[in-house]
Amino acid sequence: MKAFTYERAESPAAAAAAAAGAPGAKFIAGGTNLLDLMKLQIETPKHLIDVNHLGLDRISPTPDGGLRIGALVRNTDLAADKRVRKAYAVLSWALLSGASGQLRNRATTAGNLLQRTRCPYFYDTTQPCNKRQPGAGCAALVGFNRNLAILGTSEQCIATHPSDMAVAMRLLDAQVETVRPDGRARAIPIADFHRLPGTTPSVETALERGEFITGVTLPKPLGGVHVYRKVRDRASYAFALISVAAVIGPEGGRLAFGGLAHKPWRVESAEARIGEGAKASAAAVLAGARTTPQNAFKLQLVERTLGAVLEEAKA
Amino acid sequence: MKFDSPAGRNPIDRMKVVGQPVDRIDGKLKTTGTARYAYERQDAAPNAAYGYILGAAIAKGRIASLDVSQAQRAPGVLAVVTYQNAGRLGKAKAHTARLLAGPGVQHFDQAVAVVVAETFEQARDASKRIKVDYTRTKGAYDLAAAKASAVKPKIGPDNGGDLSDTAVGDFAGAFAKAAVKLDATYTTPDQCHAMMEPHATTAAWEDGKLTLWTSNQMIAWAVRDMSETLLIPKENIHVMSPYIGGGFGSKLWVRSDVLLAALGAKAAGRPVKVALTRPQAFNNTTHRPATIQRIRIGCDPTGAITAIGHESWSGNLAGGRPETAANQTRLLYAGANRMTSHRLATLDLPEANAMRAPGESTGLLALEIAMDELAEKLKMDPVELRILNDTQFDPERGPERPFSHRNLVGCLKTGAERFGWNKRNPTPGQVRDGRWQVGMGMAAAFRGNVTMKSAARVGINSKGVVTVATDMTDIGTGSYTVIAQTAAEMMGVPVDKVIVLLGDSSFPVSAGSGGQWGGNCATAGVYAACMKLRQQVAQKLGFNSDDAVFEDGKVTSGGRSILLGKAAGDAGLSAEDAIEFGDLAKTYAQSTFGAHFVEVGVDAATCEIRVRRMGGAFAAGRILNPKTARSQVIGAMTMGIGAALMEEAVIDQRAGYFVNHDMAEYHVPVHADIPHLDVFFMDEVDEKSSPMKAKGVGELGICGAGAAVANAVYNACGVRIRDYPLTLDKVLRSLPSA
Repeated sequence: MKAFTYERAESPAAAAAAAAGAPGAKFIAGGTNLLDLMKLQIETPKHLIDVNHLGLDRISPTPDGGLRIGALVRNTDLAADKRVRKAYAVLSWALLSGASGQLRNRATTAGNLLQRTRCPYFYDTTQPCNKRQPGAGCAALVGFNRNLAILGTSEQCIATHPSDMAVAMRLLDAQVETVRPDGRARAIPIADFHRLPGTTPSVETALERGEFITGVTLPKPLGGVHVYRKVRDRASYAFALISVAAVIGPEGGRLAFGGLAHKPWRVESAEARIGEGAKASAAAVLAGARTTPQNAFKLQLVERTLGAVLEEAKA
Repeated sequence: MKFDSPAGRNPIDRMKVVGQPVDRIDGKLKTTGTARYAYERQDAAPNAAYGYILGAAIAKGRIASLDVSQAQRAPGVLAVVTYQNAGRLGKAKAHTARLLAGPGVQHFDQAVAVVVAETFEQARDASKRIKVDYTRTKGAYDLAAAKASAVKPKIGPDNGGDLSDTAVGDFAGAFAKAAVKLDATYTTPDQCHAMMEPHATTAAWEDGKLTLWTSNQMIAWAVRDMSETLLIPKENIHVMSPYIGGGFGSKLWVRSDVLLAALGAKAAGRPVKVALTRPQAFNNTTHRPATIQRIRIGCDPTGAITAIGHESWSGNLAGGRPETAANQTRLLYAGANRMTSHRLATLDLPEANAMRAPGESTGLLALEIAMDELAEKLKMDPVELRILNDTQFDPERGPERPFSHRNLVGCLKTGAERFGWNKRNPTPGQVRDGRWQVGMGMAAAFRGNVTMKSAARVGINSKGVVTVATDMTDIGTGSYTVIAQTAAEMMGVPVDKVIVLLGDSSFPVSAGSGGQWGGNCATAGVYAACMKLRQQVAQKLGFNSDDAVFEDGKVTSGGRSILLGKAAGDAGLSAEDAIEFGDLAKTYAQSTFGAHFVEVGVDAATCEIRVRRMGGAFAAGRILNPKTARSQVIGAMTMGIGAALMEEAVIDQRAGYFVNHDMAEYHVPVHADIPHLDVFFMDEVDEKSSPMKAKGVGELGICGAGAAVANAVYNACGVRIRDYPLTLDKVLRSLPSA
């Protein structure tokens, strides 16, 4: 861990301004990912801006019948919220399938969106990683990549985004609300929030320098049957090999996938094919997939899991 | 005390304290955080500075240049030690890899430097400021690729022996002629111990004498190996390891934390503590090596084995030993024609070494699938096949070497009955419960019973309090408790009148904790010392020591009854003795036995595998404490489930290291993976094992457990996986539709 300076922000706008003004600044909320990365010197912020005390820990209804989730709402509280459980069950299931009870108690909504990949080479400073050190190369391309991405990859990076929560939010068409250093607010559709690695895998989101997440809004409930199915190597406390989030109604449904790409993966055109069955919609979702011998199983796994999810939704 | 003939009736047979489910006497210290572990000895070394180890970033090669100047100038840094300023060091005979690299690098994360600083954070940060340039050499990391170059290793007494291969009768001829044959190859991956407490040491020097508070299973070996490494006399080294947060074999030998804490303390001129990080526990220390195992079994149409062959390949650094995965096949099943062999390839991975039940736990993963496959070919129940091929004597040596006590058949029958094995449908893929395909599997458990000399000192004071001192360790196993029970039984006092002092090299040398020998041997050593002490008490009182009865805090003979404390008097009494084992382990094959039964579910869509039920029956002589023994067995069964379903240290074949070197990526079972585990101990004693009539039990539970899971997976979904761990991608690949 490198020595760093620390301040406690007084307001979201002040936090954004402070981050823009201090080179190498990072926001710290739950710290469940950032502190680990700092200990390993994968993240070496010079300055930490503590945003835990900004009153962003509330969940409130929006005028158009949705929910606004404060950036600092802890994962445990969000998963347990009665309104979430009732109207956005897929989000609750997704949250509860992630991490451990202790981590969820601490981890925040915005922090969950911003968590870094779990690619083992990103975590090892003795190995090349373009995400950690742009231009260094990617050890994962021919290394241990069993659980890495098959969609939207590049020659520079095949890392996945590890979040379960973000997959459900992508399904629900959430909007990420932010404030920029100049004090202006904006809402970023979650579809545009996470980026594909391309030639700049170190740039992971649409956030501008200093831009601070204040909350996430969910549009009004979709109704339908909610399912979140996470497939993993052990029963708990494991990152997804793949995950499927689904909301299925009489008129059709929505599907989003985790464990496949650098961002939650959703192909709207595949949703039109749900009626044709899992094979057809999976094929549409997986179009353009590039696999390695170790992770090619994800193709079959997506189709089979999607089949089970659609069955479950029907039952 | 020599133990060279079967034990007769003795005070332990009273079973008033021994054999009772006594709570751990150290439980309160551990659950209240008041047991001090090696890194927490502020009481003994209040001024300790912090050491942090920098490991090599390459797997093989040389350090071309080393620049520590920036680290030395970093805030709080007191000393930086590398091979350039460490002074002359030896390599202990027990070590394959050196604990400190330089200029040669033998494996990834081999220690290159230790930085000592005022705080942990300063030491860690400064370690990253050391500039090391390496010259890389091409290494070999792939066992399958190196298999053809594997050679016959020297194993056996002092590793110069010739125990790598055995052959009896005409295996090749009998196998060729067998009515039913199985010939299959199985693979097991590298595994890491993943014990809870990482390796950690606090070291302090005073007048050329070194004190080490460390986490170590074998105190006398630690003294010996540090003496050989630091090139100082054993008398100048004091090792203390009273509490250990698990070891599983990774703490049988001192690791780099011990050496570099010692070197750091010397350089800094004050006590230094060093703990390995979790990633260092994977690549800096030792691991269980991967194996390739070929098994051939031939039998007659009734299922009686006529030929059995087991060949195993593993890898290690040059000078290292193999995984003895074929060893159990020498003893487990009958058959007139047999062969086993071990071959060892040179690999440039970190040092391969013992991990819980080395040999059997790996070998049975293969052998017990092979038996399941054979049973299927025979259309025979796998329990029946094993019963049919039971042997009451060492099948390589014949009836002149019987087992000391062997009730594998009882375990198989009892375990099957308790589990409800008769409800199993032998045809795979027939049972469905909602989304789950359900299957049952079983396997035999087998682990050698090793006996090792073990000494103890036992004293009584005027209050009748009994104190036991021995360098035996408690690695979470319950040594404190069974030793207290033994002394209480022998001296006729309640357990709360016994104080047990362990893990200190100033105490008599015990068997230590390893190879599941510790419980039986260390309590036998305490038994020996107690027998001597009883004689002293009787002699002092003028009693005939043969008929003096030690009971209820008193010693009674010929109508006279004296309080033990009074007998000891103000000066107290003390006796030291050792149990020394004669030829009984040669005359008799000594082993422990069991049978595992498992029900798994395989998700019909995702192929995720989850254990639904598991139980077993185990025969390990007298069970000294059914509560702590049960904990050992369920822990080992859990580890077996991990070996079956998830544990694999993945090698990066270019960089030559274990990539998934943390607990997020190296999976061991979590609570949600483990259902209730039913453990049943057969009621038995083995009077040829020790005066305790007990045998090892700490490793038996892992042996065969993983194969039982694999066999259940086959029964559930019809996919036979011979390559551990059984992850869902392997099931998917083998599905008929794939």
